[in-house]
Amino acid sequence: MIYLILAYEFFKIGLFSIGGGMATLPFLMDLTNKYDWFTVSELTNMVAISESTPGPVGINMATYAGYNAAGVPGAIVATLALTAPALIIIVLIAKFLENFSENKNVKAAFYGIRPAVAALIGYAVWELLKIAIVSVVEGNVQVNVVNVAVCGVTFALLQVKKLGKLHPLVWIAAGACVGVVLGM
Amino acid sequence: MNTRKLAELYVSFFKIGGLTFGGGLAMLPMLQREVVQKHSWCTEEELLDIYAIGQCTPGIIAVNTATYVGYKQAGFIGGVSGTLGMVSPSLIIICLVASILQNFIHMPVVLHALAGIRIVVCALMLNTVVSMMKKGIIDKLGALVFLAAFILACFTPVPTALVIVLSGVTGIIAKHLEGRRSS
Repeated sequence: MIYLILAYEFFKIGLFSIGGGMATLPFLMDLTNKYDWFTVSELTNMVAISESTPGPVGINMATYAGYNAAGVPGAIVATLALTAPALIIIVLIAKFLENFSENKNVKAAFYGIRPAVAALIGYAVWELLKIAIVSVVEGNVQVNVVNVAVCGVTFALLQVKKLGKLHPLVWIAAGACVGVVLGM
Repeated sequence: MNTRKLAELYVSFFKIGGLTFGGGLAMLPMLQREVVQKHSWCTEEELLDIYAIGQCTPGIIAVNTATYVGYKQAGFIGGVSGTLGMVSPSLIIICLVASILQNFIHMPVVLHALAGIRIVVCALMLNTVVSMMKKGIIDKLGALVFLAAFILACFTPVPTALVIVLSGVTGIIAKHLEGRRSS
């Protein structure tokens, strides 16, 4: 039964996530509310591991989510379900439509979708950030100052041109070191 | 059915998927080497066209490219083999990493490292969002769509898929109105 639910959910994600791997993030965030497959905090771990292993990030995240939900078979079901809609659509485009990406309506739709995707991912990141910097201790909301500082410094460093071009893997490795050294 | 061709497609995309970190644009140089130079399955220009299509269709861009190239070479089954080749390394690697991590996740040093990584990942993603905003919000309507989508995601239970559909429809309507006004 869980495989059917996984297949349905990831087929839907594959159908509606437009604009690359990170576009699946808002959908994965929705899943944390609907099912107990993984928590928001685990989702952040999944993003980190997906970015630091080979393969397309979107596929890695789906595989990981499926694995967390139902082991290796879950991983396979989620990954195949994610790719199925695109497989059908791409084959149809290749067969029937020439110059699809030059089509006026396709371009117009993208003019609207691009800012929306940025907003959806922005909101998902905000949710992840909240979990990472705010902790609730005995009913009191506490902001973890060290975490805010590390996040701010990292973001500032990313704006430096040469550093911003470094592979995410380098940043993730640095993050692990900082976490261990500061005992975060 | 040309099984040799199917095997070639699977192996090529397996290599591309297994040896590139990051997907998307990071995959382009590797695709050029395998698909254009080694196998001549398409020209450099075609590859960029396929990439453009991959960016404006649902799904993962790298996978869409694999599907398209595979389909053009060997029909539907070719598309399937390219796609499976592209996702196989992820399946193997992620399942391995996830199962290994499960055994170590309770060690303090791993917990600290993951806590540090999570913060850095947030900063990385924030950076991605900022560059997406710069590219996506090019005029007032773009800013409006951005705000509307953010508010819908933040305060309402409107499904994410519906937000995508609505924003696409908004784009089409806006461009049509613009065309009518200028003509």
